[in-house]
Amino acid sequence: MKKKLRVREFLIEAFLFLSAVSSIFITLSIVIVLFYESFGFFKEVPIIEFLTGTQWTPLFAEPKFGVLPLVAGTLLTTAIALSVALPLGLITAIYLSEYAPHRVRETVKPILELLEAVPTVVYGYFALLFLTPILQKFIPDLSGFNALSPGIIMGIMIIPYVSSVSEDAMRAVPMHIKEGSYAMGATRLQTAFKVVIPAAFSGIAAAFIMGISRAIGETMVVAIAAGMMPNFTFNPLESVQTFTSYIVQVSLGDVPHGTLEYKTIFAAGIVLFFMTLFFNIFGFFLKSKLREKY
Amino acid sequence: MEDIKKRISISKYRDHIFAIVGLLSSFVGLVLLFTLFVDLFIDGSPRLSYKFFTSFPSRFPEEAGILSAWVGTTLVMVVTAISVVPLGVAAGIYLEEYARKNWFTNIIEINIANLAGVPSITYGLLALGLFVYFFRLGESILTGGLALALLILPIVIMATREAIRAIPNSIREASYALGSTKWQTVQWHIIPYSIGGILTGIIIGLSRAIGETAPLITVGALTFIAFLPSSPITSDFPFLSFKWLFDPFTVMPIQVFNWVSRPQAGFHVNAAATGIVLLIMTLIMNAIAIYIRYKARKKIKW
Repeated sequence: MKKKLRVREFLIEAFLFLSAVSSIFITLSIVIVLFYESFGFFKEVPIIEFLTGTQWTPLFAEPKFGVLPLVAGTLLTTAIALSVALPLGLITAIYLSEYAPHRVRETVKPILELLEAVPTVVYGYFALLFLTPILQKFIPDLSGFNALSPGIIMGIMIIPYVSSVSEDAMRAVPMHIKEGSYAMGATRLQTAFKVVIPAAFSGIAAAFIMGISRAIGETMVVAIAAGMMPNFTFNPLESVQTFTSYIVQVSLGDVPHGTLEYKTIFAAGIVLFFMTLFFNIFGFFLKSKLREKY
Repeated sequence: MEDIKKRISISKYRDHIFAIVGLLSSFVGLVLLFTLFVDLFIDGSPRLSYKFFTSFPSRFPEEAGILSAWVGTTLVMVVTAISVVPLGVAAGIYLEEYARKNWFTNIIEINIANLAGVPSITYGLLALGLFVYFFRLGESILTGGLALALLILPIVIMATREAIRAIPNSIREASYALGSTKWQTVQWHIIPYSIGGILTGIIIGLSRAIGETAPLITVGALTFIAFLPSSPITSDFPFLSFKWLFDPFTVMPIQVFNWVSRPQAGFHVNAAATGIVLLIMTLIMNAIAIYIRYKARKKIKW
């Protein structure tokens, strides 16, 4: 009886352990698949040409494999998204953690979280068919597909993320530090900007950096509303292509396994993966630094 | 004295201004949500009819429907749920109840946090390389479901851990004091007490998977499917068939993407109508999740 119980305990623990370890296998297989499939690509296209070329036309008869247009497209849409998400997210976080009465916070937060529940294709629809026509009334030069409109929508999409992570950081600032500031006669605004933000800085920075990673990896909004033109430009009024939307574009067609065309999406994928990995780890590091402090 | 008073009133004035700015900026998201709902309903509601749910895609926007798409979404979700639930919950239980505090556990934890931040399309590339070409599962419902399962695995693990962490240690100690083994404690105390939180996490994860488009496009879900997958129930023994797992498929978000990318305005109406269906489904799922969490919190008093 006792032995049977012990065997059962052991088997169950082994199963639970394997499930936990499976997450490591997922990461490993992502890295292996990306490296393995893009290896063939880098055998045919020199890395130098890939990283410095300013033309990305892999689907043309005379293909060019310069990744810079995709880098520019990704940076441009990300920059637009962040210039919306950072100020609004930070102000929202300050408001919710330092100003808002309990009732307001408990109503606003769940609704903000709903922003993350909306499928991204729906945001894409909204950017292309609602926001772009409105923006065109103010900016006549704006083309039907552009970086501006999906950038703005992406920015609003990641507000709840930026604000909830920075709010957590601000709430982690011990009360006695804030009370010290109030005792000196500071207003809530002064306390927020001169005491709370500096104290919670690494957490807020983590929120920003993870927001960047979100914006880089976002796919459907840009695939729908930014067009599919690999433009080497930083003009937000033009159509651009990002890493993610390039992968979508190629996947939509019939890509025969093993062709160079098939391998390009893994080459784009590997750049995307390491870009987001860098920001994720950096953000994770900043977040744990904050936890150590208090 | 006058000078100080003036400075105080300026500071107070700024404080009030910021309170208003803060309120307004936290409303930006709400305004966007509201506008999005209204816009979608105005554009799409004329197309929502019984026929829309029972027709296949078509070249003519008025005749096109989402039959193959909602069937595909349902089947893919079944595969996703069946594969992610045991794996995610087990991993969560292991990390909270069994894992020792060492470097290996640390690596697993950092790794899961990182997986949560990997862009969804990367999971699509993984599934394309691993499931489609390495395991030869084809561009099938099974591949799609597994890809989404990997995508939401971190969400389920983190929700499970959070729910378990809320259980006070006294419960575990009481159980051990009566001589239960570790698994008996987990089975009879930890899981029943955390089931609300775990379910919430699973539903939130599935609601994210339902709206995902990019990974499924990458694994080769088709945009135009004018047939249904083979039926899971057959007339011959053993009355169950798993052939549907290997059938090609489409899902609702892909239909939205396909229709919105076309120039004709008629298809945009279809996209909006499908968007409404998707939106309502994800909102209902989120509402259920919030309700379960609320119920579970009320029921248990430590």
